[in-house]
Amino acid sequence: MDIQTLEKYARQVRRDIIIMTAAAGAGHPGGSLSSTEAMVALYFDVMNVDPKDDKNPNRDRFVLSKGHSAPALYGTLCERGFFGREEFDKFRQLHGILQGHPDTKKCPGVDASTGSLGQGISIAVGMALGAKHTGNKCHVYTIIGDGESQEGLVWEASMAAAHYKLDNLTVILDHNGLQIDGTNDEVMSLGDIKAKAVAFGYDVIEVADGNDMKQVVDALHAPACPGKPRYIILNTLKGKGVSFMEGQVGWHGKAPNAEQAAQALKELEG
Amino acid sequence: MEKKAVRVAYGEALVKLGEENEKVVVLDADLAGATMTNGFKKAYPNRFYDCGIAEANMVDVAAGMSTMGLIPFCSTFAVFAGRNYDQIRNGVCYPKFNVKFGFSHAGITLGEDGGSHQAIEDIALMRVLPGMTVFVPSDANECYQCVEAAAKIEGPVYIRTARLATPVYDPRPFTVGKGVVIRDGSDCAIFTCGIMLEHAIEAADILAEKGVNAAVVSFHTLKPFDEELALQYTAKCRKVFTVEEHSVIGGLGDAVASAIIGNGVEKFLKIGINDVFGQSGKPADLLREYELTGPQIAEKILKNL
Repeated sequence: MDIQTLEKYARQVRRDIIIMTAAAGAGHPGGSLSSTEAMVALYFDVMNVDPKDDKNPNRDRFVLSKGHSAPALYGTLCERGFFGREEFDKFRQLHGILQGHPDTKKCPGVDASTGSLGQGISIAVGMALGAKHTGNKCHVYTIIGDGESQEGLVWEASMAAAHYKLDNLTVILDHNGLQIDGTNDEVMSLGDIKAKAVAFGYDVIEVADGNDMKQVVDALHAPACPGKPRYIILNTLKGKGVSFMEGQVGWHGKAPNAEQAAQALKELEG
Repeated sequence: MEKKAVRVAYGEALVKLGEENEKVVVLDADLAGATMTNGFKKAYPNRFYDCGIAEANMVDVAAGMSTMGLIPFCSTFAVFAGRNYDQIRNGVCYPKFNVKFGFSHAGITLGEDGGSHQAIEDIALMRVLPGMTVFVPSDANECYQCVEAAAKIEGPVYIRTARLATPVYDPRPFTVGKGVVIRDGSDCAIFTCGIMLEHAIEAADILAEKGVNAAVVSFHTLKPFDEELALQYTAKCRKVFTVEEHSVIGGLGDAVASAIIGNGVEKFLKIGINDVFGQSGKPADLLREYELTGPQIAEKILKNL
């Protein structure tokens, strides 16, 4: 798919994020907006998925390990045709399929239930290992957060991914530098995250601007390195696309009010 | 009487299951020689995955593998039910993934390794999870049946096994969720699970010598729990005692209590680990220290009749 069209979808997903979180009066816009390009690129250009056949065993798998960025995933799945826009009204509401965090039992297109940080990457490792075991040629993608990378489980999973030579696994780091209580460096420094990923046995690609669709798509299409899991560092901007949210810690888990939502949607027109 | 550790039976059952069902894979966390999965490892090296000393990752890896149509059996020590709890809860039970947990070395009869390793809370942790089936086999033969049944259940299953070699009884008919009447009686009912069966039977023998006719009912499935059988024996005996190698909080005793409360029970006493941690010692000495031997159980029952 051409970059312009993908960018158009990304804008629409950003609008969806604002609409959903504003309607619910809750949710996590900041990290959803920083990871939008990655999810749009995956679902519209990279992954082999079919909304009409969402349980096909040979489909590529996606696990949103940073499950709180659910609004970006829901927007992407909706635009891709997994469910209708009417579901947005029930985001975070009783009996809705769009739970506060992704629920594989309730939402079509969601391959694992996430939200407890660190677990998604570990489940993705299991999927990739299971795919190898069963001879399934699918590829498994997961997006993790930088704050999430403070969880020990992320590194247990990484060790296993390298040990089992999971070249059918791509771990994508949404590196926006911010988490609930402040910057990564204020809360718990990640140190040299690229060196750490290399040391853990990943084939690492760093993307200078993880909100630049072309750069993201190019990285996701880079040929796999045989015998090694892939780790893509996306240097992103938290709150990307909404001026008053960009780079602001406070928009991690806060919904815009009606006025703010209107302004955000105006900025995201086109 | 032949003795065999329930964990040994777990290992043997996995080998048999592996032969019958190609979807079965076994995961361990560097404890194959203790959880007894080494038999499976030897028989089916391509279906055995060591996850290293990283139990939490093992559980979520199993969760992921189950989505590819496999039936993973995760094996480690029962004490790690706590360490893995978030993974078991959110990674497996919440999405109702088809993962089995064969956790060994449960209870104080683990012995010398001490209180840090003796799980006295795992049944409580597992019972409270929606959709989880909880098995506590009382001997090797029942363990074979539990493992076989676990593979047929679509969804998470926990199997608690013990380290200690304990008596092997003649095989009994097995139905998931149904208790087993070991001995009929009418003066009081002793409900038990796991390897405490041996001591419950001994207690019933002692009581019989004193003219007390005690029923012994063993529950290999703590969830779903056989409330009907518990109620039936409560109606018949009115005095109910539960015996388990687990905290008296959240285990068999509480499962029974929930089932029989308000149904004509005259006397109810939970015999188990009384809200304390274990310690190092020989299994037999520990059972005596925590008052779980047959004679001690009989004495408690006599005092409360």
